[in-house]
Amino acid sequence: MDIPLTIKETQVGLKKKKFSAVELVDGYLKNIAKSDKDINSFVTVTEEVAYAQAKKADRLILDYGDKAFEDYPLLGVTVAHKDLFLTKGIRTTAGAKLLESYVPAYSATVVEKLENAGCIMLGKTNCDAWAHGSSGENSDFGPTKNPWNKKYVPGGSSSGSAAALAANMTLIATGTDTGSSVRLPASFCNLVGLKPTYGAVSRYGVIAMASSLDTVGCFGRTVDDVENIFTAIRGGDGKDSTVKTAEWQKPKAKMKLGIPKEYFIKGTDQELEKSILAAIEIYRKNGVLIKEVSLPLTKYAISAYYIIAPAEISSNLSRYDGIRYGNLRNSFADEAKRRIMLGTYVLSSGYYDAYYLKAMKVRSKIIQNFEKVFQEVDVLVAPVSPTPPFKLGEKIQDPLKMYLADIFTVPANLAGIPGLAVPCGFTDKGLSLGFQLMGPRFSENTLFALAKLFEKATNYKPKVANL
Amino acid sequence: MAKLTKTEIAHVARLAKLKITSAETDKFQKQLSKVLDYFNELDEVDTSDQEPTSQTTGLKNVFRTDEIRTSGCLSQEETLSGTDRTKNGYFVVDAVLENKDL
Repeated sequence: MDIPLTIKETQVGLKKKKFSAVELVDGYLKNIAKSDKDINSFVTVTEEVAYAQAKKADRLILDYGDKAFEDYPLLGVTVAHKDLFLTKGIRTTAGAKLLESYVPAYSATVVEKLENAGCIMLGKTNCDAWAHGSSGENSDFGPTKNPWNKKYVPGGSSSGSAAALAANMTLIATGTDTGSSVRLPASFCNLVGLKPTYGAVSRYGVIAMASSLDTVGCFGRTVDDVENIFTAIRGGDGKDSTVKTAEWQKPKAKMKLGIPKEYFIKGTDQELEKSILAAIEIYRKNGVLIKEVSLPLTKYAISAYYIIAPAEISSNLSRYDGIRYGNLRNSFADEAKRRIMLGTYVLSSGYYDAYYLKAMKVRSKIIQNFEKVFQEVDVLVAPVSPTPPFKLGEKIQDPLKMYLADIFTVPANLAGIPGLAVPCGFTDKGLSLGFQLMGPRFSENTLFALAKLFEKATNYKPKVANL
Repeated sequence: MAKLTKTEIAHVARLAKLKITSAETDKFQKQLSKVLDYFNELDEVDTSDQEPTSQTTGLKNVFRTDEIRTSGCLSQEETLSGTDRTKNGYFVVDAVLENKDL
């Protein structure tokens, strides 16, 4: 069978009995068996759970027909969870050897919400260990490869989630975005990826990286799919006190798109920049007002981020003592050690003011930059990263070089605003291109509306890599 | 360069309960010094009139009623399920204090 590439096609097929949910699972597991030895997007495949949930879905469709899809909006949708999301009774590793045999006693809220919406879990996906990385190469279970070109990285840290979609091994996937970890892999794998507003989605049961920056996001092949997933996962659960109940911004009839000049700088890949300028031109032609704006502090976001994030990492990872669960601290690999040490250093006596306090003040100024710009425009459009996907091994020996891949994504995390990665074609060599839309807090609906406008204007068709 | 000394690396590793080898000390000294050097760019930003930001929700003092929620509680068995080192329903931990004859 041909596996459909969107939620809508999947559910139409199920309704029309073109295939059953069990047959869908057969198809995805076949693709995983065929290609994942090479791509390495899954750490654990949960075949038994998948078939049990698929049988339940088929039963519901048989008993209730189309009504089943009203009660379970994501019925029959296969999902792969980044291995940072706790799954009751199913090993959860965070991509780290330290947790190689950890089996959680409870599930993350997002995992439960998706299950309650009718999703079928296919497995747990590979990621940079503890979500530390921009390429997927920091996983203790080996790097994930980019399905569009296996010599290249899929982007990190939600590397396996993105690669699994690009390789047609799942329909949707979850991810987390602390500095770039949904948007970068989405962009490198030609997918739509959402980093929501900080506090829009509960993080209960998601292994913490940097608590003032962590957000739970998701991947799909179309804006519609991502919007549907977001609708299912957003909102509070009484278990994460950073979740805010807010009023969602409604998209305006006439929108103003800002081009922040600091995101179009020397050193940005020419092919990538050209594709984004072409996208902006499409917006202009479709009645969106375009305005150049300035976010002068952009350049400093990466330094502020790589002080604040490691500081919070060193604190969050201090709980791994090997006593209650997990292996001993000597099983941390290099990148975790670097970040723990960097964080411990910037928080230590004598350096706190110079690094951590300074970074938190720069963060305030970065937020003010965004607030000012969002008085002039509704949404910002920018590259996700300065380059298309880079080669495996290209940056792994030089941590600073790797950190700089996040230069255009970390500002949104520092400010707590949402960012949506949108695919916009391929390079001549067949590497994925994409841009991101950023808006004020709780403006997700506006981002979705603008991204859909682009899909429609370009007659976008979701694709998967031919493996 | 070499802003971080080997002593500082060792000190920070000890604070973070990480055991690192001397080869690692050399490697991390080089890599982390380079990262710290990069941070110097923040000196260019005037933050004299700024308050620090530690979170972006604007939420303050999130309370809930003081009641027992059994749904969020793990049983003793579940709590202990992550390790083999248990005794009489407790975790076994290494001794912190050494036994010295006085």
